[in-house]
Amino acid sequence: MSQVNRLATGGRVDRSQPVTFTFNGQTYQGFAGDTLAAALLANGVDIVGRSFKYSRPRGIVAAGAEEPNAVLQIGSTEAAQIPNVRATQQALYPGLVATSTNGWPSVNTDMMGILGKVGGKMMPPGFYYKTFMYPQNLWLTYEKYIRKAAGLGRSPTEVDPDSYDYMNQHCDVLVVGAGPAGLAAALAAARSGARVILADEQEEFGGSLLSTRETLDGQVASEWVDEVVAELAGMANVTLLPRSTVNGYHDHNFLTIHQRLTDHLGEVAPMGMARQRMHRVRAKRVVLATGAHERPLVYANNDVPGNMLADAVSTYVRRYGVAPGKQLVLSTNNDYAYRVVLDWLDAGLQVVAVADARSNPRGAWVEEARARGVRILTGSAVVEARGSKRVTGARICAIDVTALKVTSPGEVLDCDLIVSSGGYSPVVHLASHLGGKPTWREDILAFVPGDGLQKRECAGAVNGVFRLGDVLADGFEAGVKAAVEAGLSPVEGSLPATEARHEEPAIALFQVPHDKPTARAPKQFVDLQNDVTAAGIELATREGFESVEHVKRYTALGFGTDQGKLGNINGLAIAARSLGISIPQMGTTMFRPNYTPVTFGAIAGRHCGALFEPKRYTAMQSWHLQNGAEFEDVGQWKRPWYFPKAGEDLHAAVARECLAVRNAVGILDASTLGKIDIQGPDAREFLNRVYTNAWTKLDVGKARYGLMCKEDGMVFDDGVTACLADNHFLMTTTTGGAARVMEWLEIYHQTEWPELKVYFTSVTDHWATMTLSGPNSRKLLAEVTDIDLDKDAFPFMSWKEGQVGGVPARVFRISFTGELSYEVNVQADYALGVWEKIIAAGQKHGLTPYGTETMHVLRAEKGFIIVGQDTDGSVTPDDLNMGWCVGRTKPFSWIGWRGMNREDGLREDRKQLVGLKPIDPNQVLPEGAQLVFDPKQAIPMQMVGHVTSSYMSAALGYSFAMGVVKGGLKRIGERVFAPLVDGSVIEAEIVSSVFYDPKGERQNV
Amino acid sequence: MNAINVYKQRPDAAQGESPLYHAGLHELAGKGPKHAGVSLREKKLLGHLTLRGDADDAAFASAVEQATGLALPAALAVVSAGDQSLQWLGPDEWLLIVPSGTEFAVEQKLRAALADQHISVVNVSGGQTLLELSGPNVRQVLMKSTSYDVHPSSFPVGKAVGTHFAKSQLVIRHTGEDTWELVVRRSFADYIWLWLQDASAEYGLAIEA
Amino acid sequence: MLHIFCPHCGELRSEEEFHAKGQAHIPRPLDPAACSDAEWGDYLFFRDNPRGIHHELWVHAAGCRQYFNATRHTVTYEILETYKIGEKPRFTAAGGAEPQAVDQGVTA
Repeated sequence: MSQVNRLATGGRVDRSQPVTFTFNGQTYQGFAGDTLAAALLANGVDIVGRSFKYSRPRGIVAAGAEEPNAVLQIGSTEAAQIPNVRATQQALYPGLVATSTNGWPSVNTDMMGILGKVGGKMMPPGFYYKTFMYPQNLWLTYEKYIRKAAGLGRSPTEVDPDSYDYMNQHCDVLVVGAGPAGLAAALAAARSGARVILADEQEEFGGSLLSTRETLDGQVASEWVDEVVAELAGMANVTLLPRSTVNGYHDHNFLTIHQRLTDHLGEVAPMGMARQRMHRVRAKRVVLATGAHERPLVYANNDVPGNMLADAVSTYVRRYGVAPGKQLVLSTNNDYAYRVVLDWLDAGLQVVAVADARSNPRGAWVEEARARGVRILTGSAVVEARGSKRVTGARICAIDVTALKVTSPGEVLDCDLIVSSGGYSPVVHLASHLGGKPTWREDILAFVPGDGLQKRECAGAVNGVFRLGDVLADGFEAGVKAAVEAGLSPVEGSLPATEARHEEPAIALFQVPHDKPTARAPKQFVDLQNDVTAAGIELATREGFESVEHVKRYTALGFGTDQGKLGNINGLAIAARSLGISIPQMGTTMFRPNYTPVTFGAIAGRHCGALFEPKRYTAMQSWHLQNGAEFEDVGQWKRPWYFPKAGEDLHAAVARECLAVRNAVGILDASTLGKIDIQGPDAREFLNRVYTNAWTKLDVGKARYGLMCKEDGMVFDDGVTACLADNHFLMTTTTGGAARVMEWLEIYHQTEWPELKVYFTSVTDHWATMTLSGPNSRKLLAEVTDIDLDKDAFPFMSWKEGQVGGVPARVFRISFTGELSYEVNVQADYALGVWEKIIAAGQKHGLTPYGTETMHVLRAEKGFIIVGQDTDGSVTPDDLNMGWCVGRTKPFSWIGWRGMNREDGLREDRKQLVGLKPIDPNQVLPEGAQLVFDPKQAIPMQMVGHVTSSYMSAALGYSFAMGVVKGGLKRIGERVFAPLVDGSVIEAEIVSSVFYDPKGERQNV
Repeated sequence: MNAINVYKQRPDAAQGESPLYHAGLHELAGKGPKHAGVSLREKKLLGHLTLRGDADDAAFASAVEQATGLALPAALAVVSAGDQSLQWLGPDEWLLIVPSGTEFAVEQKLRAALADQHISVVNVSGGQTLLELSGPNVRQVLMKSTSYDVHPSSFPVGKAVGTHFAKSQLVIRHTGEDTWELVVRRSFADYIWLWLQDASAEYGLAIEA
Repeated sequence: MLHIFCPHCGELRSEEEFHAKGQAHIPRPLDPAACSDAEWGDYLFFRDNPRGIHHELWVHAAGCRQYFNATRHTVTYEILETYKIGEKPRFTAAGGAEPQAVDQGVTA
């Protein structure tokens, strides 16, 4: 069977290039230049899916983005699956595989079909809310079947083989839509020299000009399109984006454009090409030339395949050479729809009749149809379609549009295609994305864009301008205006001549009356995708839903992938009538991005896989990799976590590394610590204000530990700061806090204390830091440095300059392990060489590289805190038992002092940091475990704190932890309990948080 | 002058490893496509100094010019002479890039010229590197990476901009019609290198030694 | 994505270059010790949440690293002006000057 509905001639398709594709397992042929929808219609495929709620057969209705039914699943392989593709917007390519999204198990014999016949009674609006809410647990049972039957498409379960990217664009004028208005606007703006982007969602530029029967300068309109596109393509200041949907109009004239670069070539992009691209555009001005969607009339059984939009049928006939039927009936309330009648006659097909709701239409197109012998029934409309899987007839009755009554028994005419037109709805979506409310215009029976803050013009049909000559002029004028507003000089231009013609206005008609009341008449569909009927909307208003947003949510009107493009205006007209208010009083629902669905790939762009997030490395990364390190994420840094030897797990490796540091010497890459160079005569005063402790007396050559609080008195960072010279300090911060602390220092300097003469410069990346820690560290360092390491010449908490491994270094004698330690800092470019020299020299001293896990255990054994692990933004220095680090007599009220002296900060039963020693030395408390004093109390138990750090200590030979406990510092020796999820309870003794070397002798040798 | 610790940090002899040392760029050089749309070169191990001071103080500007031979650039500008460049980073902050190994002498010279003023000079040579991108498609690669407008009308030669780049931040400098430089922080260099390979793949990427 | 005029760089930049830092013009009390707990609590924790004109502190984090203020309309997201620390806003909830050109920091 080959293309039964393909006309012998006509259309823009390339008949020399047949294209084979499959739909629901059957193989068909179309032509290059077809959309999938055009090719399906050409092959006489009536049913493309089953409806969402009632499972009724559905066919193609439209030819563009507003298509509600032909929403298909595409892809021949699992990885290539794409759900919810509108067949009307998918170019046909060789080998395309499409299946119906819904319909289970088959669209032609749907086992839900029987249910669907009675489903009307079973599933009224609000069905989900009313039925499935109770009993709640049954929803899980229903859901499985409802979802399967409803068919919302499915995402692929395999990795997408394609790549996607972003392109950031800037322009003077972005023109959205390349129909007559958009082309004229782009031409005007481009000729003025403006940087112009022209984007259109279709395969070709031209919009309605590609299928119109109207001429420009007496020629086929598409010839003018070719000329304009050629001119624009030749201009360096113009970027043309076909297959590009402007999907979102965001704040400050930022728009997102979804470009499908290769979707017309095949299901997978050719090698080396991104499949789709997201253009992120900042435009000085925007011209919205988004056109209008034809509005169908709402009549009984208007969802049976073979009911289509008038304008869509013209498009299929003239642009694709496809006639989706043989005998056509038109139901209209306006002149423009008569074009389809003339197009149908030109194609040599039969027009059975036209039902025009107006009493005496005399427009030029009407007269032309009349002159060609078309039977026109005035004051009439199609009130009911006949047929089930395909239209077989139309019942046409005389109607009273004011009283909304059927006034004659009417007649049933045999036909296989009913096209309807209820007027045109401007595509106001983008104009409304920022909240600008559309305005109702009674003269054209449509909403047009209202005022918005957007810097944009609207041109053509979106503006309520429909006559072709006016559309071109409106577009050109908008293009000139946009360019001028963007700072360019206006240009003059001549536009092609259009045909003069007498036109008459439309008459208001949305829901066509039926002889039965709406609730008893056959279903009159308003929203085909969501199976919302006129009766459903009436019911919603009767049940008290009066706001348009409530009606939407109660009935599902305007949900789904088409977002009500086809049905919303009819729906709110019906709701307004039902409530006895006007359409503008009813208003529209909110329009939100995106205009049409966007693939997740395009949203992610290149920010996936290895490029998902920056990974930061130190200068020693290659050594860590070669030596088998396992890595831990600390912010964006990759830090060596531990260095397992063959057969070791985390615990074995950490125990070995810990003992090596306690008994010999270890080396840690500490380069990730934040480092800030501070210079200026007021540097010391600044430190006094941002740290909790005093800095006035720190001598050159010395270093000191400091705590930083926020104004509320809670600890937010810590580190060691060294005095390099009188007016020169080097501050270190936590790895994760580096950027935060830098911004913190700057905000106080720039906004509060600009009079202080001090400058801060980040040197985190400049200095690489390697920590040598353990009793053998002095001996080891001595082998590679010329610095005098004598304990009196180079005491604890001081620093020296000298050569280490032949490289100038600053060495800080500070310790985070409690052992004798040296932190060697060298310019990062030379750090790897120094590291390797130390490693080589360390062999005979038992040097062991260690990672962050060992560092955590060793510091916890000493009771040293890690900000962010042992603190959580609600912990003061006193809570940490670090009152020794608080300068209570500093003259300036430093950051945190006032805050920690609030009444609440002085409570004695605050949660305080203590050591926790499990009674069973082999049990390790889980970090985060909640603590209670009485494990036998009833649930909910009164929680008194939680475990913040917890490890097994190889050096101590038992498990230990730190945690916060209410009034814990006065409870040393008492017991706490950690009831765990599995019902077990771990008992622990509250002890000092310093477990190892409490006198601090080991670091001070 | 003992108010500030000025320290020669770069060794005379040792071999340095630039932030992209591990990428083995010298091994990739010359192996790319013949007509690459983008060429990349790491201008490695240069002297980078961050200079702070009061731009409104004429004495500051003249002392900087005296010490460097470069006029203090205004907002978003980079000036260069020979193998030295001076770039505006913020209203009181500049980046001075000098030949490798001269940064210590330059710092001393600057400090001498600015002896009486409240200033700061910080050696950040180890913390960043310069990537030079050249070729007809560099602009497209930049457009994929940054929301800043890199069109010549907005970003002429001689302009330098600190901005967002992929998911990171860096400085973009426009140094010649088809030539741009990125000032990249050491720890982010591998991410930027990966990003640039990916973004330039469709245009062809060549590495220059 | 907002388009924000940095008063130091002198041009419009994308929002992703900036960090928002909350309400502007909340000076640290000169003598915190003289504040009652209630006054200190007000300074620390209480912020305006107006419908309309709002003065905000931003920092040009990826650019010149400078803090500055912006007057933003919280309903329309229009930025009426940006100005340096220490300067006064020209637009306030009570009213203000005529809207200015984009090179003075106005974006919508």
